[in-house]
Amino acid sequence: MSNFGAFCLLLALCLSLYGLFASLLGAILKQHRIVRSAERAAIASCASILLSLAALLYLLATSDFSVAHVAQSTNRELPVFYKLAALWGAHDGSMLLWVFVTAVFSGIVVLQNRFRYRDMMPYVVAVLMFNLSFFLILNLFLSNPFNELVQVLPDGTMHKFSPQDGRGLNPLLQYWAMIIHPPILYLGFIGFVVPFAFAIAALITRQLGDTWIRTTRRWTLITWLFLGVGLILGGKWAYVELGWGGYWGWDPVENSSLMPWLTGTAFLHSVIVQERKGMLKVWNVLLVVITYLLGIFGTFITRSGIINSVHAFADSKLGVFFLYYMLLVLGGSLFLIIDRLPYLKSERRLDSVLSRESAFLFNNLLLLVACFAVLWGTMFPVLSNWVEGTKITVGPPFFNSVGIPIGLMLLFLTGVGPLFAWRKTSVESLRRAFLWPMAPALLVCIALLVSGMRSFYSLVSFTLCMFVLVTIAQEFWKGTRVRVRNTGENFALAMVNLTLKNKRRYGGYVVHLSIVLMFVGLTGNAFNRQTSQAMVPGDEMQIGRYTLKMTDYRDGDSPNYQYGRVTLEVYRGGKLIRTMQPEKRFYKASDGQSTTEVALYSKPLEDLYVVFAGVSNDGKRYEITAHLNPLVWWVWFGAAVMVVGTLITLLPDRRISFATAQLSAAEAAAVETGVQAK
Amino acid sequence: MSSANWKFLLGGAVVVAALSWLGFVGFQESKSYYITVDEFSAMKNDLQGKTLKIAGDVVEGSIERSGPGLEFVITHSGKNLKVRYVGRDVLPDTFKGGSKAVVEGTLSEDGVLLARHIEAKCASKYEAEYNKKTT
Repeated sequence: MSNFGAFCLLLALCLSLYGLFASLLGAILKQHRIVRSAERAAIASCASILLSLAALLYLLATSDFSVAHVAQSTNRELPVFYKLAALWGAHDGSMLLWVFVTAVFSGIVVLQNRFRYRDMMPYVVAVLMFNLSFFLILNLFLSNPFNELVQVLPDGTMHKFSPQDGRGLNPLLQYWAMIIHPPILYLGFIGFVVPFAFAIAALITRQLGDTWIRTTRRWTLITWLFLGVGLILGGKWAYVELGWGGYWGWDPVENSSLMPWLTGTAFLHSVIVQERKGMLKVWNVLLVVITYLLGIFGTFITRSGIINSVHAFADSKLGVFFLYYMLLVLGGSLFLIIDRLPYLKSERRLDSVLSRESAFLFNNLLLLVACFAVLWGTMFPVLSNWVEGTKITVGPPFFNSVGIPIGLMLLFLTGVGPLFAWRKTSVESLRRAFLWPMAPALLVCIALLVSGMRSFYSLVSFTLCMFVLVTIAQEFWKGTRVRVRNTGENFALAMVNLTLKNKRRYGGYVVHLSIVLMFVGLTGNAFNRQTSQAMVPGDEMQIGRYTLKMTDYRDGDSPNYQYGRVTLEVYRGGKLIRTMQPEKRFYKASDGQSTTEVALYSKPLEDLYVVFAGVSNDGKRYEITAHLNPLVWWVWFGAAVMVVGTLITLLPDRRISFATAQLSAAEAAAVETGVQAK
Repeated sequence: MSSANWKFLLGGAVVVAALSWLGFVGFQESKSYYITVDEFSAMKNDLQGKTLKIAGDVVEGSIERSGPGLEFVITHSGKNLKVRYVGRDVLPDTFKGGSKAVVEGTLSEDGVLLARHIEAKCASKYEAEYNKKTT
C-alpha cells in the first residue's frame, strides 16, 4: 500500500510537469488542443494525489507501523479520529496534505474556467502546475510519508522493521482547535496561488484591466478568511492548552502566518481602488506576488529550521530548495512587472490627500510597514548571524512597539475611510461626518480618564473603537433611512435588504465591526494580572474580585494518562459562583509528555484563568497560578463576527430579494407576485 | 508629481520615521543574543550585562527545585551551564529532562544564568530520536 501511495505521487508529478510544459507550448503555438490536454493532466494529477492521500489514510487507520510516518505520529490506543488527523501530525504527512490542497485548488480553477478566458488560462495553468510540481518534488524526494522504517544491524545490513506500537500523537495536539488549525491555515496559504496565477497570466497577455481581479475575488476572500480563522484558532489553542495565559507570542511561525494575512488584507482593499478608479495597478500586482511568496515563505520558515521556534519542524535540507524557488518566482515576477509597466499606468491621479483613494493608499502603506517590521524582527537572527556571526533575537517588546501604533492607525483609517469621498472631500462635509462619531468617542475617553485609566495606548484604543463603532452604525443608519424612504419597508427589513443589495460594502462594514470588537479584546491585555501561591486544601487566594479556595487534590489514572487535579471554589462578593479544576496530565505514550489543563471561567468582562503548575518541592503543597485577563472574550466573539461578515460578502447574487415595493390592494390583486428562488 | 502626491509622501515619510524610531527603541529593549551553551562558554567575558538566549539540552536528572525557584543544567557539545529560573510564568509542558530548551536571561556574578523565560521544544518532530531508539 505504501508503494502504491508513493507511485501515485510520482505519477502526479509526471502529470503536473506535463501540464506545465504542454500549456506553455499550446499557448505559444496557439494550439487549443494541447492546452486542453494540459488541463486534463492537471485534473488527473489531482486524482492521483487523492489516491495517494487515501493510501496514507488507510495506513494510518490500520496502524501499519512499518511506515515511518505512521509509527512517528500514532499509536494503537489512539482514537481513530486522531489516527487520521495524524496525517498532518508530522512533517512528511503534512507535506502530502499541502500538495493535496494545492492540487484540488488547481483542479477547481481549471474546471471553473474551462469555457472562459481561453487567452489567459494556459498561463494560469502553467503557473499552477509550476507551483504544484515544486511541492510534489519536495514531497517525493525530501519528505516522503511513505518511507518505511529500517533497522540497521551491527553487521551493517539493513532490513525492514515494524515496531509493535507507534510513538503516538503529541497530546498537546489532541485538541479540536489544533486538529483543524493546520488544514485551515493551509487553505489560507495555498489559496493565494490562484490570484497570483491570474495576475501572472494577465501580465503575460497584457490584460491589465481588472478582469484578473474580479475573477479571483472569491478565491482571495475565501483564502483570506481561512488564513484569519487559522490565526485565531492557533491563538485559541495557545490560550487554552499551553497555560501561559496569552494567545500570541510573536513566535516566528505565528509571524509567518500573520505576514501574508497583512499583505492579503492590503490587497483586498487596494483592488477596490483599481476597480473603481483604475489606480494602484502596480501596487496590486506587487501585493499579490508578495502575498503568494509570503505564503511560501511561511511554510519555508516552519519546515526548514532556519529560525528557531518552539513550533519549527527543522529539516535544513528543504531550506535551500525553498530559497531557490522563491528567488526564481520573485525574479520572474519582478521582471514581468517591470516589462509591462506601461500597461500598469494609473488611469487617474491622486487629487487630494483627503480622499478615499488616499486612505486606501495609506492603508496599503501601513499594512506593508507592519509586514516589513514583522519580517525584520522574525528574520533578524538570520541576518545578524550572516553579518556579525551571532544570532540576535528580538521579542514581544519590539513587535509591540511597532505593531500597536500601526494597529491603532489602521483602526483610525477603518473609521475614517468611509467618511472620505472619492477624489476630494470638502472640509465642510468632513466636519459634519466627524462630529457624530467624535462626541461619544471623547465621552468614552473622558469616562476612562475619570475612572483612573492612564495607559496612553489603551485610552487611544478604546476611544478609537467607539469612534469607528459610531461611523459604522452611521453608515448602516444613513443607508437604511434612504431605503426606507424609497421603498416604504420597515427599518429592520430595509437594513437586511440594504446589506443584501450591497454585500461587498455592508458585509465589509460588518467585518470592520468585528475588527473593532477584536481591538477591544486586544486592549484588555494591558490590564492582565496574575498571582501565584503554593496552596494546601483550605488555603485561599485573592485575585481581583475573586477569592479562590482550595478544597481538594487528587491523583488519578486513565487509559491514556495519569493526572493530578486540584479543586478550587471560586467566591465573588462572598458568594460561591463556581468550582474550577485545573489539572496536570502525564501521557503514557509520547515519552510522558505532560500537559496543563487550564481551568477557564470566561465572561465578556474578564477571564479567570487558573493553572495547576505542579507539586511544590516539599511535595506537600500545590502551586497554583491564577490569571485575570480582561476582555479576552471579545477577541473570540469578534472573530466569529468577522466570519459572518466575510460570508455576507461571499453570498452569491440572487435574482430577487425579499419583499419589494408596496402595492395598493387593486394592483396587488392584478399582478402575480411570487418569489422565485433558484 | 501633483501636490497631493507630495503631501502624501511627506505624511507617509513622517509616519514611517516615527515608527522606525519606536521600533528601534523596542528593538534595543528586547534584543538578546541567541547562542548555544558551547558558544557561550567561548564568549563568556563579553557577555556581562547583555540579555542572552542560550540553547541546549536539559541534562536528565538535573532539575532541582530550590525554594520558590528552579535550578537545572543545560548542555551542548560537551559544555554545561547552570541555570536558575527566576521568572513568574508557569513552565512549559515540554520542559523536562532531555528536552531541548532555550533559556533567556542575564548572567549572575557567580556564573549562573538567571533565566526569566524558558522555552522548550514543541515535540511534533520525532524523527531523529525515533531512529535511535529502534536500532
